[in-house]
Amino acid sequence: MSVRRAELLVLALLCLTAAGAIAFVAVYFVGADTQLLGLTIGLAFAFAAAAAVIAGKAIVPLEIAVEERPRLAEPEQQEQVMEVLEKPVEGITRKRLLTTAAGGAGVALAGALVIPLVSLGPDADVELGESPWRRGRLLVDVDDAPILAREIEVGSFRTAFPQRADKEDLASPVVVVRVEPDQLRLPAERSGWAPDGIMAYSKICTHAACAISLFRYPLYAPNSPGPALVCPCHYSTFDVLRGGDRIFGPAGRPLPQLPLLIDERGQLVAGGDFSGRPGPSWWGVRK
Amino acid sequence: MIRATVRWLDERLGSSSFLKKTLRYLFPDHWSFLLGEVVLYSFVVLLGTGIYLTFFFEPSYADVVYQGGYAPLRGAHMTDAYRSTLQISFDTKGGLLIRQTHHWAANVFSVAIVLHMLRIFFTGAFRKPRDINVFVGVTLLALALVEGFAGYSLPDDLLSGMGLAIAYSVLVSVPPVGAWVGVWLWGGEFPGGNVFESRLYIAHVFIFPILIAILISLHLTIVARQKHSQFRGPGRTERNVVGVPLWPGYALRAFGLLLAVTAALFLLGGLVQINPVWLWGPYHPYLSTNGAQPDWYMGWLLGALRLMPPLEIHVAGYTILPNPFIGGVLFPGLVFTLLYAWPALERRFTGDHARHDLLDRPRDAPVRSGLLAALFTFVAVLFIAGSADQVAVHFQISYEAQLWIFRAAALVLPVLAFYGTRSVCRELAAREAHPLRGWTGQVVQRTPAGGFERAERGPDYSTIRRDSE
Repeated sequence: MSVRRAELLVLALLCLTAAGAIAFVAVYFVGADTQLLGLTIGLAFAFAAAAAVIAGKAIVPLEIAVEERPRLAEPEQQEQVMEVLEKPVEGITRKRLLTTAAGGAGVALAGALVIPLVSLGPDADVELGESPWRRGRLLVDVDDAPILAREIEVGSFRTAFPQRADKEDLASPVVVVRVEPDQLRLPAERSGWAPDGIMAYSKICTHAACAISLFRYPLYAPNSPGPALVCPCHYSTFDVLRGGDRIFGPAGRPLPQLPLLIDERGQLVAGGDFSGRPGPSWWGVRK
Repeated sequence: MIRATVRWLDERLGSSSFLKKTLRYLFPDHWSFLLGEVVLYSFVVLLGTGIYLTFFFEPSYADVVYQGGYAPLRGAHMTDAYRSTLQISFDTKGGLLIRQTHHWAANVFSVAIVLHMLRIFFTGAFRKPRDINVFVGVTLLALALVEGFAGYSLPDDLLSGMGLAIAYSVLVSVPPVGAWVGVWLWGGEFPGGNVFESRLYIAHVFIFPILIAILISLHLTIVARQKHSQFRGPGRTERNVVGVPLWPGYALRAFGLLLAVTAALFLLGGLVQINPVWLWGPYHPYLSTNGAQPDWYMGWLLGALRLMPPLEIHVAGYTILPNPFIGGVLFPGLVFTLLYAWPALERRFTGDHARHDLLDRPRDAPVRSGLLAALFTFVAVLFIAGSADQVAVHFQISYEAQLWIFRAAALVLPVLAFYGTRSVCRELAAREAHPLRGWTGQVVQRTPAGGFERAERGPDYSTIRRDSE
């Protein structure tokens, strides 16, 4: 391409750039459609980019030059630096003692400055996974309506909370599921936790605190895997028939089960606290 | 005008010799050297679009009732953070364009960092004296990941909340102090309150951008001090730099690349939807969605958490080492340690302590290339495993079967990648298939009498000065 043609081309591209920019302003004041805004400003920049690259390649002289690299290591200079560093302090007695003291003072000062960061944490000790569930506490749905046992069908899945508790608390939400009672294989000490085959488990995965929002219920029992709760984040899978035992995925603890009772009005109430700490695991949590 | 400015500055700063050196700074030409520039230009776009977004975004978990332009959510309770994100997307002219451009820029920023890093490692550019810049660069990658994650956690939509829940769980899993650190950082148990959102915000718009800007400046200062590395070629030695001076040709082309990156990001931001937060809805700890995928640069960690077998250490019924620690802390910690230590490890095992300013092609160091390919393959397998749930939905391949396949692949493929890459490199090096390596030809001169004779020396590329026609 001749320089003259390149100049004309760059001129045209610069005009197109201006046109694109003006179009962007026009679109902004008329409707401000996101696609048109992106298209106009994007094309304006693209024209400008083409103009700059063509100018850089075809108009200005293209020169290849050579130069020496800097020498980086210069031993004599290093020696001189060491001399400058060490000479003035040669005469000092108890150099090591002073250095140690200065280091200690520095660490103490820095430590003191860091201490106010402790205030980031809550004033009181927070106990992780502390549960609002008590025996007799009513299960309510997200709109605070009590949950009736007869509303829970076999194979269905409901989210419930303790009545008058903070729904955002990791220990609050439970999933209520129902299976055929004769399928249940709960541990012996949990007999009576699942009236009519209705069970409640913590909704917060013990692996990474995601909400367990998948209930896998076999459509055709003979060739389907059994009913299980599945977390959609890392697919930890918990066996609802066996009290929330982990059967697949990375979770290391079973899903805590909440004992259930049905009161005289047919409402679901808690029969006590969870079988374990709800929420993700930490150093020292009971398995 | 320009003369007056140069004189004005020189009389005050004595800047002319510095300016002259800067304008004559030489850039060796190779397409792969542009990857680092793409990082820089994406960062410029991130700053510009990010500042604009701060004018509208409200970093607050305060409960509000949505009354804005997106009808399906009208009347819903949500946090002010989520409401203001919807307002930017629907009720602010140009807001969605800037928001999506910002998000795309974050993705391109991190892609370019990773590609640039692969270039550095596969060409041996990490060797002395540039190992010092590896420390800066790898730290930049880590900061970019945290900064990006903080960014998409801010709007408090369902996906950002799920991501934060996982981040909190990974933090809490660190033995033995994790629970304490998690509660400390969140100001209470997850999901924390307003105080956490404002901390996340200041980290995203102030602390991390400033750290990144400082490290980018340091990175470039070191590059300029050491001067660019270059591939082998005619006239190029360990002691010189052969390249295009900054002014005017390279400056125009680099400026062109800045404009091109900006153009691409605006076109993506305007035409290709990204993170439509209004579809996910507001976050509550008791909600989640199936098939959730984070931004791409978190995919390797998601895959690691998913692939990890249910290993935990329990003593007397108490958990000592929770599972998320392995995939979420140990694994990325090892990868980053390896990246930091790579220059020193290579010196240790090859005994090569010399300074290197000429780059290798990957085939020039078959073992290094093989090891890098193995490391990259391992991370890539985990990255792909992070999308196994999507594969299960779209291709009807059982998730559980995939998990076992990926676990096997994570162990087997890196070994294959090592041997495969090493033998390809050896084969290529043996054949010397590359036409541009070194000067092996002969120069023939025409004599005044009309005959031809072989010239004494090869062409002298050091003085080439080529004006366009």
